[in-house]
Amino acid sequence: MNAALRKMGGLLSVYYAYMTAYRAELILWALANSLPFILMGAWYQAAAGGAFGFTPVDVTRYFLAVFVIRQLTVVWVIWEFDQDVQRGRLSQYLLQPVDPVWRYLAAHLSERVARLPFSALIIALFFLIFPPARFVPHASDVLLAITFATLAFALRFVMQYTLALFALWTERASSLESLMFILYLVLSGAIAPLEVFPPELRELVMWTPFPYFIWVPARLLIGGADVDLMRATVVCVSWIGSLLVVNRVVWRLGLKRHSSMGA
Amino acid sequence: MAEAGAPIIEAIGLTKTFKVAQKPPGFAASVRHFFKRTYKEIPAVTDVSFTIRPGEMVGFLGANGAGKTTTLKMLTGLLHPTAGRCVVDGREPFARTRDFLSAITLVMGNKQQLLWDLPARDTLRLNAAIYGISDADYKSRVDELSGMLELTDKLDQPVRKLSLGERMKAELLASLLHGPKVLFLDEPTLGLDVNAQVAVRAFLRRYNERTGATILMTSHYMADITALCSRVLVIHEGKLVHDGELAALLRRFGTRRELRVELSHAVDDAKLRTLGEVLSHEGNVARLAVEPAALVAVVGRALAELPVVDLTVHDPPIEEVVGRVIGKSQRALPNVVGAEQGA
Repeated sequence: MNAALRKMGGLLSVYYAYMTAYRAELILWALANSLPFILMGAWYQAAAGGAFGFTPVDVTRYFLAVFVIRQLTVVWVIWEFDQDVQRGRLSQYLLQPVDPVWRYLAAHLSERVARLPFSALIIALFFLIFPPARFVPHASDVLLAITFATLAFALRFVMQYTLALFALWTERASSLESLMFILYLVLSGAIAPLEVFPPELRELVMWTPFPYFIWVPARLLIGGADVDLMRATVVCVSWIGSLLVVNRVVWRLGLKRHSSMGA
Repeated sequence: MAEAGAPIIEAIGLTKTFKVAQKPPGFAASVRHFFKRTYKEIPAVTDVSFTIRPGEMVGFLGANGAGKTTTLKMLTGLLHPTAGRCVVDGREPFARTRDFLSAITLVMGNKQQLLWDLPARDTLRLNAAIYGISDADYKSRVDELSGMLELTDKLDQPVRKLSLGERMKAELLASLLHGPKVLFLDEPTLGLDVNAQVAVRAFLRRYNERTGATILMTSHYMADITALCSRVLVIHEGKLVHDGELAALLRRFGTRRELRVELSHAVDDAKLRTLGEVLSHEGNVARLAVEPAALVAVVGRALAELPVVDLTVHDPPIEEVVGRVIGKSQRALPNVVGAEQGA
């Protein structure tokens, strides 16, 4: 256990150094997730017209929460893995006694820590420009939101890493993520809160992994009383568990294929 | 772990065949290829067998695409053999156990593990964590290896700021930090200038002497092989065509040295032919092949009889030696490996 912790500590420390070597890029990465602010403008107008049950300030806070959750849960492992397969870096990782997944995980977690100050700066600027959006969430809401954001990150990472492993057959799996990203945008609550969906559709969507990526943690952050915590936990953990099993099977098969076709 | 006296590397009938998609040129072929792929089996390595004893330094020679890297990848567990088997340090490489991975390293001259934008020391810290090296061991090994590599003052500079030679030394340091017993080196001096090549060779020799590590290395530079390896394996079109002492190989196939002369004005080919075989003669620059026994006399005659501006002596290009071995092996393939092993 101590050896594993030391290993992860070493990975996190070096990858944090790696991430902070790109200061300018960190700001750009944080800004690149500003889609919620753009959508906020559109939905703000709709809410002002009384088109659905949100007030303009509700809309503003929701999309601000979406921005925060996206900052905490962004995953890019599929592009990294594609590159590593194509450029032969994966072979070098395979020569070391640690599963490459820990490198990718350490890179993501370190990036999160490095990105945090820039994300906070963007939020502070937003509050400065638009004072009505200011709000202080309850500590219990923050705790719940962080818990579900952590689950959201784990789910998104496992799902994308499982898709990434198909690069061991095709050398390019990122196109699978492009397809998945459409579902992610529509069903996660990234472009509209799930409250605008017809109830039957929303019920169906709640059994898929997508609402747990953004909508659940974002609603919890702004005090979402209508989130069924028990179901959210069970569905989210079940998806993570199932995908982990699939991931390990695909990894073993992919490695066999990779080693027979040319590492 | 290998038993005492047992070979540390053993390849038995090692064979690797790749299935490669084939696409003829042209639009129609591209459309057909989109709907239906056709594959061809390409044999990369065929029935290769050899053993290497602990502490040996063995050169692995062959032209591009001969099967050297594929063999190294099978020996390091990156590729699964299509047929045959290999054992390294008493373990089956493809199982990729922690003990096996801690006992070996593979350094590829055209690939790097160093984190490009960070100082090399960060990659070293990363490797220390991955291999579970204690802080005390980490410090003593970095001090020892960086001293041997004359790299101590370069470890805190970003890798991108290092010269090619310094980067290769740092690669070696990162690859050897965990104290591997078996080093697989694939073109470790590729692209390095002469000074850097000499430094890398000197380091590898000292490392072998100090640690008793076994080294199997490929190189396109004959000087790498002659400086380090007493034994060579030659592979051609996936088949092992020579396994034996380097001295015997050079006696039989590669004794000639290459003399390069730059002249102040052109001279006849006939004049050059009196000194040795003319390999090339373009403008005022000529390359001659000369027997070693006659080298001193030929150099003396060249300086006396030709309008020499510059003169250098080189080892024969590795391709020439390999080419001669291959020429021989194609005439008598069944006997070459066995005959040389006994040499």
